[in-house]
Amino acid sequence: MEFKTILFYLFAAVLLGSALRVITARNPVHAVLFLVLAFFNAAGIWMLLQAEFLAIALVMVYVGAVMVLFLFVVMMLDVNIERLRQGFWSYLPLGGVIALLMLGEMILVVGGRYFGLENFPGQNVAAGASNTKELARLLFTKYAWPFEIASLILLVAIIAAVMLTLRKRGDTKAVHPSDQIKVKRNDRVRMVKMQSETNISLQAGSSATPKGD
Amino acid sequence: MLENFVLPDLYPAAPELFLITMAMVLIFVDLAFGKTRRWVVGLLTVASLFGAAVITVLTADGQTTLTFSNLFVDDLLADFLKILTYISVIMVIIYGRGYLAERGLDKGEYYLLVLFATIGMMVLISAASFVTLYLGLELLSLSLYALVAIDRDSSRSTEAAMKYFVLGSLASGLLLYGMSMLYGATGTLEINGVAQAVNQMQTPKTILVFGLVFTVAGIAFKLGLAPFHMWIPDVYHGAPTPVTLLIGSAPKFAAFALAMRLLVYGLLGLALEWQTMLLIMAIVSIGLGNLAAVAQTNLKRMLAYSAISHMGFMVLGLASGILTLPANPYVAISAYGAALYYMFAYVLMSMGAFGMILLLSRKDHEAENLEDFKGLNQRSPWFAAVMLILMFSMAGIPFFIGFFAKFSVLLTLIYAGHTVIAVVAVMFSLIGAFYYLRVVKLMYFDPPLDTAPLRSSLDMRILLSGTGVAVAWLGIFPDSVMLLSHEVMKSLIG
Repeated sequence: MEFKTILFYLFAAVLLGSALRVITARNPVHAVLFLVLAFFNAAGIWMLLQAEFLAIALVMVYVGAVMVLFLFVVMMLDVNIERLRQGFWSYLPLGGVIALLMLGEMILVVGGRYFGLENFPGQNVAAGASNTKELARLLFTKYAWPFEIASLILLVAIIAAVMLTLRKRGDTKAVHPSDQIKVKRNDRVRMVKMQSETNISLQAGSSATPKGD
Repeated sequence: MLENFVLPDLYPAAPELFLITMAMVLIFVDLAFGKTRRWVVGLLTVASLFGAAVITVLTADGQTTLTFSNLFVDDLLADFLKILTYISVIMVIIYGRGYLAERGLDKGEYYLLVLFATIGMMVLISAASFVTLYLGLELLSLSLYALVAIDRDSSRSTEAAMKYFVLGSLASGLLLYGMSMLYGATGTLEINGVAQAVNQMQTPKTILVFGLVFTVAGIAFKLGLAPFHMWIPDVYHGAPTPVTLLIGSAPKFAAFALAMRLLVYGLLGLALEWQTMLLIMAIVSIGLGNLAAVAQTNLKRMLAYSAISHMGFMVLGLASGILTLPANPYVAISAYGAALYYMFAYVLMSMGAFGMILLLSRKDHEAENLEDFKGLNQRSPWFAAVMLILMFSMAGIPFFIGFFAKFSVLLTLIYAGHTVIAVVAVMFSLIGAFYYLRVVKLMYFDPPLDTAPLRSSLDMRILLSGTGVAVAWLGIFPDSVMLLSHEVMKSLIG
């Protein structure tokens, strides 16, 4: 067995195991961490396929950014796992039967017979070809239209996020630096002319004495 | 590396590019005028849609043009569906304006998201590849998810948005999985390429059918066919009525385009397989939609179940186009033409019905229950008549547009040899007639619960009256749109 084959089976086994743990783990934080492990192994498999850009992007974008955010969310939300599991057993028989049926069909179809290596002859790629460059070239030439539409989708996500979460409240104590800079002396200090007074302590003392009757 | 790159022809995509540019402009217009002069944003949105319609009409040449390296197609079907989309979105904006303003929801984001949803529909309608098909669908769906939740302090709306989001993502996943199977089997993402590969029958049929099952499930979800209909009642009920109006109208054209592009263009070679799937789902939808609608007291939920049954009827047309392969063009044209006509008729009637709910709603009162329509005849005989026309048409009573839509679908169905299915569909429509006629009974024979006068803007009254008149007029003279939809299909198949 070639070393690469061993690596492939190792990555694949850990990937499947951790993916299974993602959905079975009791603690949501553990589930997220297992998902990170699954992503790492998927990246490893891509690396074996010489798709190094995709592998690195997966680690950087998903593990580095998305999953960390996910961890924050999971830690901040008080996810009640018992409530989430309510109804699990009552749905299990029907869901299980359907899942097993689907699994059987998938194994029949998505097996080596149709998707084996011999059905997909590899393309001849020059030894030093950079797939980062190739991806970039495709994105900006052939796939320019989908690329732009994808950017619109991101824009919609931004607009929707702002619309759903931004609240302008009157009672927040937020500080506006521009207002602070523009402030004038007269806005903050009021000069009051007062006559100097004497015997303050005496008057205050007399007024403070409780009246007996 | 780039020397053999030719700049794509942007001309066929002019309406999309125009609307995208206008959306960017609108962001800044909203920033400038959003607080002081809100009407500017709404007006500019309508003007942009109108401009896009003009551009579409001017650039329509009846030819099939591919551009953006075969990812984008501009043909007669695309032009026709796009124009219908613009019209319905413009009507949605005008209908919903008053309702949203009364509740403080007519923010700039609403108009922006509506515009982005429209762009998504256009991308979907003009898709010539799985990539653009999927991206258009996502752009449309994401905007709609956010729009459902626009009334963010209402727990009903946010719950509906959440359900829609989760189920919609699941459906997108199913669709993507099916597409990936088709890609694996045919080796191409372009719909034309897939069609060629399927016709040559080199690829193993097992994978194709396997991919087809998931694809059809995804399409059925977007159309709202049983058993993928679960989201429809909750989302229709939970969303603010103008958003329900939007979900129930223009995206149906996009979903129709999705079905046409994927099934009829891409997988015509597998027509005998997908027709059976569609027929089963259609009958289940018609049965379930009509039976469940009888039990509803909320008009929005009732219309949601009625939407399920109407989509079932429309799909009956899609499912009777191919008798034997290779296809007989005449049968195919009349079947797909009937389906397109049904879609047009349904969207027209559904906009009218949701428009009536908006007309009766006031600031502190949602007129979404059946009893809100009690005695409408005494409050406004004209709008009671409009609702009467809409309900009769939805029930399929001659001579309104709904009757001819049902009639032409049933005709092709019988021609395709599915007489039993046609009889069952008619039986369920008879059951369905009960709940439509109940609305009429409430309007004309019950005393009104609420005697407040109807208040609404003039443009809405005109449009709503126009919808009612159109439903009646096209029922008496159905030829024009019918011929148009047949012509569209002829240019594709003939």
